[in-house]
Amino acid sequence: MSQSAADSLTQMLESVDRDEILREWMEQLAESGSKPQPSTSAARAEASDLLTAVTTAVRSGAEPGQFELPMWSATREILETISNSRAAQGASAAETSGFVLALKKPLFGQAQKRLKGVEPSRLVEMIWLVSTLVDKMAQWTSTTYQRSREAIIGRQQEELLELSTPVIKLWEGILAVPMIGTLDSSRTQLVMESLLQKIVETGSELAIIDITGVPTVDTLVAQHLLKTVAAIRLMGADCIVSGVRPQIAQTIVQLGIDLQGIVTKATLADALSLALKKVGYTFTRSKS
Amino acid sequence: MERIPILRMGKCLLVTIQVDMEDRTALGLQDDLSSKIAATGATGVLIDISALEIVDSFIGRMLASISAIARVLGATTVVVGMQPAVAITLVELGLALEGVRTALNVERGIAMLASATEDDRGQPHA
Repeated sequence: MSQSAADSLTQMLESVDRDEILREWMEQLAESGSKPQPSTSAARAEASDLLTAVTTAVRSGAEPGQFELPMWSATREILETISNSRAAQGASAAETSGFVLALKKPLFGQAQKRLKGVEPSRLVEMIWLVSTLVDKMAQWTSTTYQRSREAIIGRQQEELLELSTPVIKLWEGILAVPMIGTLDSSRTQLVMESLLQKIVETGSELAIIDITGVPTVDTLVAQHLLKTVAAIRLMGADCIVSGVRPQIAQTIVQLGIDLQGIVTKATLADALSLALKKVGYTFTRSKS
Repeated sequence: MERIPILRMGKCLLVTIQVDMEDRTALGLQDDLSSKIAATGATGVLIDISALEIVDSFIGRMLASISAIARVLGATTVVVGMQPAVAITLVELGLALEGVRTALNVERGIAMLASATEDDRGQPHA
């Protein structure tokens, strides 16, 4: 990286007409076909902040090739803010990095204007410098964009896990877990933990696992069920599996799954009446 | 070596494990308990592991073998108060302790022993 190119980049950024660059930038954005950004004034404010940060960084001698150095931290922060807000608004990755990439043309234009008549090699050097800088910024934007999307996905997964495992107290001494969705090992683990904890807290001696909401039962799911039942039994409580649909019963038998010693019932109502009987309640109906 | 005390309550023996057991402690308990059952003619053994927070496969196997030994000597064993984490660990280790009776707490354990000894009187153990 020649010193003179960096110097002239600094000079250019300092002396340039900011309004002109911003205007060209916004025009470029509009042209590039990416739909109008949140609002032109907001985009313009973001662009202006970014330009200021870049100018400051370049003035302090930061090299575009080493974008991860602390000298660029202010620029990186602004880029992160921009891509986070875009990610939250649901803009695509291309739109987000396109915002930064649209700065390239105005800067190229400025470089061309300033270095008119000078030997071409200097212009090439300058262009290269500007290009590296803008590319690095765009890369950083995409990385942050992806990271914030991943964070959103991770949070949603957690919420889904929590939502899908409520432990309900049906009666004194009887707990129920309605399982909804596919049973994988992480789900089973979570259900097992919260159910066992609840058994300790409430001193319940019977737990009903309702699998009405489980779409399919294969050998793996059956193994998870068996594990849960074994853990419940180890704690000293008993377990009934309910909500076995006819198709699932057929699948279980056809797969040759041995639900050794697990009491199963077709509906939650059957399971509840068995559980009440086991705990020692008797019910009579006064109206016939 | 730490020894785990064995208390006698009528026809039952009561063992409370209050410390995280080492392998030697567990073997000692197995020895002590089998001789105590033989000496007292106890018909029930209650092992309270509510304070046990860490188990390994050895302790898990030891619980199963104590229960089997007691059965051979004519006593029913109930393991009570297992912590959720311990239960999950044992299941993940593949030790479902088939044949070991379990109860949520000491009170229910004693009730279970009482009914089990009544059921099993004069009959081979289940």
